[in-house]
Amino acid sequence: MIRVSGLTKDYGIRRAVDNITFEAEQGEILGFLGPNGAGKTTTMRILSGYMPPTEGEATVAGFDVVSESIDVRRRVGYLPETVPLYTDMTVFDYLKFMADLRHLPNGEDRVDDTLEMVGMENRADGYIGNLSKGMRQRVGLAQALLHKPEVLILDEPTIGLDPGQVVEVRNVIREIGKERTVLLSTHVLSEAQQLCDRVLIINKGKIAAEDTPANLQASLIGSERGMLRVRGEADDLIDKIRKVKGVSNVQPKEDGVLEFQFAPGQDVRAEVARTTVKAGYDLLEMRPIGMSLEDIFLQLTREENAEMES
Amino acid sequence: MRNIWTIAKREYKIYFSSPLAYIVMLIIFAVIGGIFALNIINLTSNPFGMNQAPDATIVTGPMAFMLVFSAPALTMRLLADEQRMGTLELMLTAPVRDWELVVGKWFGSFLFVLTIIGFSLVFPLILNGMIDPGLDQQLMLSSYLGIILISAAFLSIGVSISAMFSNQFAAFFLSMGVLVILWFLIGIPAQIFFTGGEIFDYLNMNARFYGSLNRGVINLSDIVYFLSITALGLFIGTVSIETRRWR
Repeated sequence: MIRVSGLTKDYGIRRAVDNITFEAEQGEILGFLGPNGAGKTTTMRILSGYMPPTEGEATVAGFDVVSESIDVRRRVGYLPETVPLYTDMTVFDYLKFMADLRHLPNGEDRVDDTLEMVGMENRADGYIGNLSKGMRQRVGLAQALLHKPEVLILDEPTIGLDPGQVVEVRNVIREIGKERTVLLSTHVLSEAQQLCDRVLIINKGKIAAEDTPANLQASLIGSERGMLRVRGEADDLIDKIRKVKGVSNVQPKEDGVLEFQFAPGQDVRAEVARTTVKAGYDLLEMRPIGMSLEDIFLQLTREENAEMES
Repeated sequence: MRNIWTIAKREYKIYFSSPLAYIVMLIIFAVIGGIFALNIINLTSNPFGMNQAPDATIVTGPMAFMLVFSAPALTMRLLADEQRMGTLELMLTAPVRDWELVVGKWFGSFLFVLTIIGFSLVFPLILNGMIDPGLDQQLMLSSYLGIILISAAFLSIGVSISAMFSNQFAAFFLSMGVLVILWFLIGIPAQIFFTGGEIFDYLNMNARFYGSLNRGVINLSDIVYFLSITALGLFIGTVSIETRRWR
């Protein structure tokens, strides 16, 4: 559905996107993850037919984004990061206008259906200028969904929404992602983790990593971690736990809290607990610390930065 | 074509919810109405003092003058505001060609000015009832054709300049500057230079309107000139929207 090869975009002398290649299939939700200025928005703008790339090729739904731009735009629903809307129109008039530009038959019915989908059916006659940020975001999403696009490109779709709305919007996206291709960008890592089938981590215009959220986690962790809390000082305990078979490292955190690492698949928790109690400590709490996508992300971008500097 | 109509329809509607458009309309009618009233008073108080019976040009003459300043006010927002608000991104990712967007915007403003022109027909109709044997109809036809042609050209220049800016006031002042040059100032060098002055004469909008169309003379060359300026403006507007994509 989306094929990108060797895509590069320069703004003057600044290279915003640097030779990236990836694909996304039908029925897949692909997440773009990266810090601000990493090139996510630029890539999405190229794919939506807004601007041509400096080098490289991209096809969306089988059409070239440069030479067959209009065909691409017919098949793509795009929600820009800034959610631009005509504030001097009512929600209904605006969506009807966009439906007319897309030559949709039964435009008014489509508008009604889409408004229901994003839960805005009772705000149809309100002026967009009077809507809250979250409401506008939903109108923007409705605009992207109007024509049941084959490919949906969403730039930060849940930014600025309250937690309830975030859940709703995610449900809508998940529903659409079952049959169509969704490309979404986010810097909320838990969102990528929950929503995406596959994640591309982009940093400084390049793809730093690409895999399913679970695989990314597994391949990058290398070791599992756990923490334990005891009553009082735990300084004497560090050495004892270090001697437990399988434990590779122990670090004191705050008072009475230790963090320990161990090889994946080798559960040392029972032995650690026994050791703690045997040493005369009151064990208050023990739990595993999963390495979050957040940590992976920081680790990856930090490695990248270190390479750049050296 | 369908997209042009969709875009034009939206712009046309928006004029009727914009205070600026009403102010422009009000000023145009106040000036035209005032001049018209003076003419009528003059006519009724001193019917034999005038060399000539009044005709439709007492409406179209001042109207052309007013359009030099009103057209930029009506077009300044059209594309500049889309850029400022970011909605240009919406338009440029919709399945609409760049030229359709520009022509649609222009056509919306043209329809609005046609509406004003339509309302202004009230004055010649009143005049027609007052004088015997009625108005010079060929003159009226030709002067109104002239007004329609210069509106098309003025608005097209305004749209092309609006496409270059994201600040509507910058677009307003530059459009007005260009129109003032093409309307008032360009006649001057034609009188100074003995050779090459023809170019300035050729470009002189004012002479083509007041010198011929507003005198009842319909020349094909004048029609072609105004239509060419309109087409050129729309072309420049399209190119400048296209270059936005590369930045």
